[in-house]
Amino acid sequence: MDYNDSMHELAVTESILNIATDYAKKAGATRVTDLYLVVGRLSSLVDDSVQFYWDILSQDTICEKSQLHFERIPANILCLDCGNEFQLKDELTPCPGCGGVKIKVISGDQFTLNSIEIEK
Amino acid sequence: MPTLRVPVIENIMSANDQMASQNRSQLDANRVYGINIMASPGAGKTSVILQTIRALTGQLKFAVVEGDTAPVTIDADKVIAAGMPAVQINTGGDCHLDAVMLKNGLAQLPLSDVDLVIVENVGNLVCPAAFSLGTHANVLVASIPEGDDKPYKYPAIYRGLDVLIINKIDLKPYIDFKMDYFRQGVEMLNPGLVIFEVSCRTGEGIEAWSNWLLQQVKKSG
Repeated sequence: MDYNDSMHELAVTESILNIATDYAKKAGATRVTDLYLVVGRLSSLVDDSVQFYWDILSQDTICEKSQLHFERIPANILCLDCGNEFQLKDELTPCPGCGGVKIKVISGDQFTLNSIEIEK
Repeated sequence: MPTLRVPVIENIMSANDQMASQNRSQLDANRVYGINIMASPGAGKTSVILQTIRALTGQLKFAVVEGDTAPVTIDADKVIAAGMPAVQINTGGDCHLDAVMLKNGLAQLPLSDVDLVIVENVGNLVCPAAFSLGTHANVLVASIPEGDDKPYKYPAIYRGLDVLIINKIDLKPYIDFKMDYFRQGVEMLNPGLVIFEVSCRTGEGIEAWSNWLLQQVKKSG
């Protein structure tokens, strides 16, 4: 990973702030206390970087001092040869069961803000 | 104080994705085909663009959008020197182009007088994969010296591709690059992906790639 990666998280963090602020205002919130994010393994996001940018970007907003919660979804892969399901860890590998290379990614792309916790 | 849980369930990239579809509409309205060229730094994005322009000059009218992390215009200058309208987008240190940046770039181009817009993304295999631009085809320029393990290490970018160019094929005799292993990784992530092996230095493979691109542009027009 090179230094550039952290900038990716900055743009993403801005987007999270925009969405959360929008929903919080619509719900009549005075403050957002918690945000629940679902992040698939394939989205290559670094939690700590997002939290770091979050603490800075959310200052003086309705989200100030709120906590981010990350639910990590593994990249589950289905082997189309033998039907085995396995997880992508650090690198993509052939099926550990049969060595097959015909695969389908069945999860790991998710990247959503699922809910926010607010005070009214 | 009691708190209240508010459901959101919104894709974090949705704002970018919406802007990307506006870019697509703008390209389509002008009958322009757009390609997004991604790669690691040094894989040969600019060389591929210059070779493509050389091969298709007289057959297509191009414009180029150059993304760079710093305000240098080396790449844009090379393209302008090749006789094409080019606009440079300085991403201000960002590691990728996003749809808003491309919208601003497109606004500076004479789209009604262009058949093909080539977008040169920032050199990076991670971030550009997450930000769709609204172009018609995602192109990755891989290169032999980067190593044959890249599809396995950067699966996200390979999954989103419409075509893959393997550059610096002339260096194969000197580098331990297992083409079968590389292609196996690509096939796992993106079955049936169109692949061109080229050398921008010798010109090998450029004609096949350029012809393919020309067909795509004609089909879309």
